[in-house]
Amino acid sequence: MSLLEVNKLTKNFGGVIAVNDLSFEVHSQEILGLIGPNGSGKSTTINLICGIFSSTSGNISLLGKELGPLSPNKRVEFGISRTFQNIRLFNDLTVWQNLWIAWQDETSIKKNWLSTWFGKSNDQRDKIVELLRFSGLDSRENDLAGNLSFGEQRRLELARALAAKPKLVLFDEPAAGMNSHEIKDLKKRILSLKKSGITVLLVEHVMDLVMNVVDRIVVLNFGKKIAQGTPQEIQENLDVQKAYFGSK
Amino acid sequence: MEYYLGILQNIGFHSLLGFSAYLLLLTGQLSLAQVGFFAIGAYTSGILTVIFGLHIYPALLTGALLSGLFAFLVGFPALRIKGLMLVVATIAFSEIVRLFFFNLRWQVGEIGFEVGPDGAQGFREIRYFAANGWEQYETVILIWSIVFLVMISLWWLDRVKAGAVLRAVGNDELAAQSSGINLTAVKVAAMTGGGFIAGIGGGLYAHSTTYVDHNSFTILLATFAVAYPILGGLRNVFGTLFAVIFIQGFLIEGLRFLGDYRNLLFGALIVIVMNIKPKGLVDGSFVGLIKKYVPALKGKRDELT
Repeated sequence: MSLLEVNKLTKNFGGVIAVNDLSFEVHSQEILGLIGPNGSGKSTTINLICGIFSSTSGNISLLGKELGPLSPNKRVEFGISRTFQNIRLFNDLTVWQNLWIAWQDETSIKKNWLSTWFGKSNDQRDKIVELLRFSGLDSRENDLAGNLSFGEQRRLELARALAAKPKLVLFDEPAAGMNSHEIKDLKKRILSLKKSGITVLLVEHVMDLVMNVVDRIVVLNFGKKIAQGTPQEIQENLDVQKAYFGSK
Repeated sequence: MEYYLGILQNIGFHSLLGFSAYLLLLTGQLSLAQVGFFAIGAYTSGILTVIFGLHIYPALLTGALLSGLFAFLVGFPALRIKGLMLVVATIAFSEIVRLFFFNLRWQVGEIGFEVGPDGAQGFREIRYFAANGWEQYETVILIWSIVFLVMISLWWLDRVKAGAVLRAVGNDELAAQSSGINLTAVKVAAMTGGGFIAGIGGGLYAHSTTYVDHNSFTILLATFAVAYPILGGLRNVFGTLFAVIFIQGFLIEGLRFLGDYRNLLFGALIVIVMNIKPKGLVDGSFVGLIKKYVPALKGKRDELT
C-alpha cells in the first residue's frame, strides 16, 4: 500500500522549472531513495512534500488524503517530519528542550492548549529520555544544542524528527560531511527505523549509503523522473549513467 | 527623597517597556512598535480616569487590553515581514499612533477648566493619584509590584514549554515550523503579550507624570525599549532589568554632571558591549559568576546552561 503519493507535481520559480510533472509513490514501511545530480530538484521535492513550498500544480497525498495547502506544522501532525541538509537545530536550547518542543503525544491522548503551552518539562520525561538513549545523546541532555559536535547534531536532528511520531521521515542528505564510521552508524539507524514501522524518503549523494539501505530508488534529472527501480536496476540503467557521467 | 522615588518610577516604566520588547525579541522579532502600544496604554487609561472617572486599576487594565488588542492586529501583517522590514513597519505604526494622539482633542468640563487630551497641547491633569491621596511612595510600590509580577511571569515562561517554543522560533523559524510549531500563533501571541505589557507601562507612566503629549512617545523611546533586552542579553529577563537600571539609573541620572556628553557615552557603550559581550551583559559567564558567589544558587540547574 502506498503511504505517500506524489501526482504530477510541478514547481516553477519564475522561469525555472525546478520540479516538472513528477509522479512517484512511497510504499508503507519502505525506504525510498531519491537521487539525482546537483540541481535536479531533490530538495525542492522534499520542501514541497513537507509544505515549505507550495506547488505550482499537481498534488501530494498521504494515506489517500490530499495535503493541499496545509502548513508545514499541520503536516507534522499528519505524520510527515524531516531533517535538513545543513543542520538546523535550536542552538540556544538544550538537547532535551529541542526534543521536548517537537514532541507529539500519541493521538489517543487528548491535548488541550494549556498543556501544550504551559506544560512542565516532566510530563513526557521518560519517553524523551528513551529517545535520547536511542540517539546516544543521553549524557548530553542538558547541553546546548549549539555546543554539540557535528555528528551529535546530526543525531539530535534525527531524534527531533522522530519526536513528532512520524509515519514518514524525509532525510535531506543526512550523510553530508560524515566520515565512513558515522555513515555506518547512520545506516544502522535508518534500517532500525524501518523495523519500527517508519517509512523513509532518503535524498542522498553518498551512493554507498543509498545503494545499501534503500528498497527502491527514484532518479531525478532537471526536475523530471528519469528512472525508478531497485538499486540493482538503477545501477544498470543507461539513462542514469548518462545523467551522472554524461554520454560517451 | 522625591528625586530618588522619581528615578525608581522611571526605571519601572522603562523596565516594562524593555520587557515587552524582550518578549518579542525571544521570537526573533525586532519591533519598534512598543512605544506605540505604550502610548495607547497611556492615553486610554488617562482618558478613563480623567474623563470617565474610573478607578485606576480597571483603567490600567483596559489600557493594557486595548494595547494588547492593537498588538494582536499588528501581529498578523508583521508575520509576513522580518528583520529590517519589520523595523520599518513597526516605526510606521508607532508614528501613526503618535500622530493620532497629536491630533486627538477630546475635552470635557466647564470652559476654562476643561480636561482631556488637547491635541498638540498634550494631555494634562492626569491627577488620579494626587486627587485620591496617594503618596509618591505608594505609586512606586504599585509600579514595582507590577514590574515584579511581569518579571516573574516572564521568568516562569522559561520554565514551561512556551518559553522553549518562543526561543525555538527565535532561533530558526523554518526548523520550528518543521517541528510542528504554529508560527502564526507563537508570533502573534508574543506580539499581543508585548503590547499588553507596554500598555500597562504606559498607563502607569501617564498617571505618575500627570502629563503626556505626543513628544513623550517618539521613536527614541522605542529604540530604548529594544536596547534594554539587547544590552542585557536574552538569556533571562533579569538582564533587561539590569540594563534599565544601568542606563536609566547610572548613565542618565548618575552621569548628569556630564551634560549632553552622556548621550555620546550611551552610543559608545552599546558598541563596546556588543564587542565584548555579544550575548549581552547577563550572559553565561555572568550567571556563572553569580552562582559562584551566591551559595544558594550553586548547583541549581539553569534551563539554558
